[in-house]
Amino acid sequence: MGKAVKIALAGEGGQGVQSVAMILTEAAAMEGKEILYIPNFGVEQRGGVSIAFVQIGEEKIGAPKFKTGDIVIALSDRAVRRMDMHVGPQTVFIYDTSIKGVEDDLPQNARRILAIPALETANKELHPRVFNILIMGAVIGATHVVSLDKAKEAIEKKLGYKFEKNPKLREMNFKALERGYEMVAGKGVA
Amino acid sequence: MGEKPIRGEQKTFMTGNEAVAWAALAAGAEIMYGYPITPQNEIMQYWTRLAPKYEKRFLQTEDELSAGFTTVGGVLAGRRAFTATAGPGNVLMQEPMSMAEAMRIPTVVIVQQRGGPSTATVIYSQQEVTLTCFGGNGEGLRVVYSTSSHQELFDYTIKAFNTAWKYRFPTFVLADGYQAKMRESLVIYDPQEKGIAMVPTEAYVGKAGAPGEDRAPAHLRNTYNIEEELVEVLEESIKEYDQMAPQITEYEEFNTENADVLLIAHGIVFRSVAMAARELTAEGLKVGYFRPITLRPFPQEELRRAAAKAKRLLVVESAYGQLLKLVKENLYGMDVPIETYLRPGVGITPEEVVTRAKTILGEEE
Amino acid sequence: MEVMPKIPKSWNLETKPHKFCPGCGHGMVLKALGQAIDELGIQDRMVFGCDIGCSLLSWDFFNVDTVQTHHGRTTPVMVGVKRANPELIVVAYMGDGGGYAIGSQHLVNAATRDDKITVLLVNNTNYAMTGGQMAPTTMPGQKTETTPYGRDVSEAGYPMMGPEMVAAISHEGAYVARGSVAKFRRLKAYIKKALENQMAGRGFSFVEALSTCPTNWRTNAQQTWAFLEDQMTKQYPPGELKTPTGKEA
Repeated sequence: MGKAVKIALAGEGGQGVQSVAMILTEAAAMEGKEILYIPNFGVEQRGGVSIAFVQIGEEKIGAPKFKTGDIVIALSDRAVRRMDMHVGPQTVFIYDTSIKGVEDDLPQNARRILAIPALETANKELHPRVFNILIMGAVIGATHVVSLDKAKEAIEKKLGYKFEKNPKLREMNFKALERGYEMVAGKGVA
Repeated sequence: MGEKPIRGEQKTFMTGNEAVAWAALAAGAEIMYGYPITPQNEIMQYWTRLAPKYEKRFLQTEDELSAGFTTVGGVLAGRRAFTATAGPGNVLMQEPMSMAEAMRIPTVVIVQQRGGPSTATVIYSQQEVTLTCFGGNGEGLRVVYSTSSHQELFDYTIKAFNTAWKYRFPTFVLADGYQAKMRESLVIYDPQEKGIAMVPTEAYVGKAGAPGEDRAPAHLRNTYNIEEELVEVLEESIKEYDQMAPQITEYEEFNTENADVLLIAHGIVFRSVAMAARELTAEGLKVGYFRPITLRPFPQEELRRAAAKAKRLLVVESAYGQLLKLVKENLYGMDVPIETYLRPGVGITPEEVVTRAKTILGEEE
Repeated sequence: MEVMPKIPKSWNLETKPHKFCPGCGHGMVLKALGQAIDELGIQDRMVFGCDIGCSLLSWDFFNVDTVQTHHGRTTPVMVGVKRANPELIVVAYMGDGGGYAIGSQHLVNAATRDDKITVLLVNNTNYAMTGGQMAPTTMPGQKTETTPYGRDVSEAGYPMMGPEMVAAISHEGAYVARGSVAKFRRLKAYIKKALENQMAGRGFSFVEALSTCPTNWRTNAQQTWAFLEDQMTKQYPPGELKTPTGKEA
């Protein structure tokens, strides 16, 4: 059982954390990788912080949950606080610049903390709906667990029926993926 | 039986609940009875989506008592019938499974353990071991497979139907909320294509011919007038259970030769234990593991053999001593020290196991 | 005209005389059922399920495939059989405790789901097998082992009106009736119609049979009959409560 990349994504219900995990793991599955994805599904599922634990590697994955992630992404103030327990010295912690009032709650022991303007970019340059795809781009930028091409294929598979009706959506989603990727890739986190 | 649901081997990526539904379909299960309870709901949800395409049936019942007893009815009618439950539902399920045990009715139940006692969490635990192995007002004459991956969920769900119908004891596939809800890859297949023959089913009631003329009527009961009548029936069942045991017990072990610490775990926790054992071994420490796959019947001889070679044991489980109880009972009379890492209702990571094992090894020096 | 034999063909003679107490109504109900089975010619595709309580004594009563289940659970077992093999004709046979107390959720849900089964429930106003405790059907003021001063409805609740409830919650194709062992021909007719309803696949069918329990009532023959005929039928009026055609027999 080799070392898999451990990714934890957390956000508010409706931010699309679980769909990011679904599409990302689908892309990894298409690449023939070994994956283990477990959503938290407590009563928190409704009105609480939603977390996706994802592991992607070349060999069979061991245990489903992990204490410390390689990449931990928090998309709300509550998520920032909630994910502190999953941060350790090897963790790259990514959060959105729009989250206010968490300056004192950011993890103290992370390898690297990165604030990205995902929400702002989605809102101003693209569309609020593609915020989660932008986050997915950021995850790929930070981990390179799948290629951008496979990610696009997986997006196509999941949202293709919507793209049929509105081809502009495809372009916007792919753009969001690339923008997210650029926000993190090359920043020395992977 | 209609069209085969699966052709060839297919590598897939799905949840454990989905894997169970596919396995039941592949095994030729004909009807599922069920009552909603998290975290097993998606077994019913996938089954109801797949079932009509292959002329399979489903009934949503009013509670788990009914889900269990209708499953008993389905089996009596000669069908490969199954149900799935968890937590408080598993508590109710014990009444019908006790009848299945008494009357040797080959029901199949998938259990996705959740936190307990009471409603507790809908997430995960290994706290239904005692209940699933020994629930009901009886002797635990049932088969319990504890799985640790989606591949095993698929394999052992198919196997459960065969074990049940071959030996006629109620058979459980014991998994948990993590296995139910997580997604990972597995290979699904048609058992026949893999050379796994499905044990044929047989009706207990509604057989061909006029009862009382062409054949004796089936008069099936679980009530007896006198003690001796009961003990006679039970002794026969116990004898057959004991004869079956060595043929069906399954286990897995690693590095059991002269281990300083032998880790013992089942189900999903076994995965953390296996990772920890390999990591510690790579560091040059003498750490092995033993994993019972069948919790009922328990691989007693095999565990005793492994334990005899170990300096000490470390039992790791997401419960407060339910596997531990089985281990102690099966090691009765041996003096190997037993350490524990018991975390009722929460997941256990490989790191925690490594830390605990190192503490124990440190204490020893 | 063909004269019906006294002993139904579908009875298992090896287990006769039966195990019920003298004066018990179960034998009458089972005779009515046996004759109905004979007349419909369904012995070889019948499955008879019996509950716990005195009804369990019928586990070897017929030359019919029989399953004795748990207290209150005969309905779901028979639902399970019927759903798995709709060709079979199934009867869930139980007492008032099994059907109206511990198994009431099964009765309610089988009726609302319109399961194509027949439930035959014997109402003798008490838990007889366990020694005569109060049942859901115990009459107001009636003395039992757990209502030694008589059933006080303000404390112990009111009698359960089973067929009325089932008639209210069941659907168009359902058949619901209340018969009495005091009116044997009519009871048999109800049971036969219930089975026919199942055979036609029209819907759920339910027959409550008012019955006698001199052992626990502690009554002689005359008192037993009087209690059944005068008191029980006042509380529990016999008749058809629901027929698929909307017409009475």
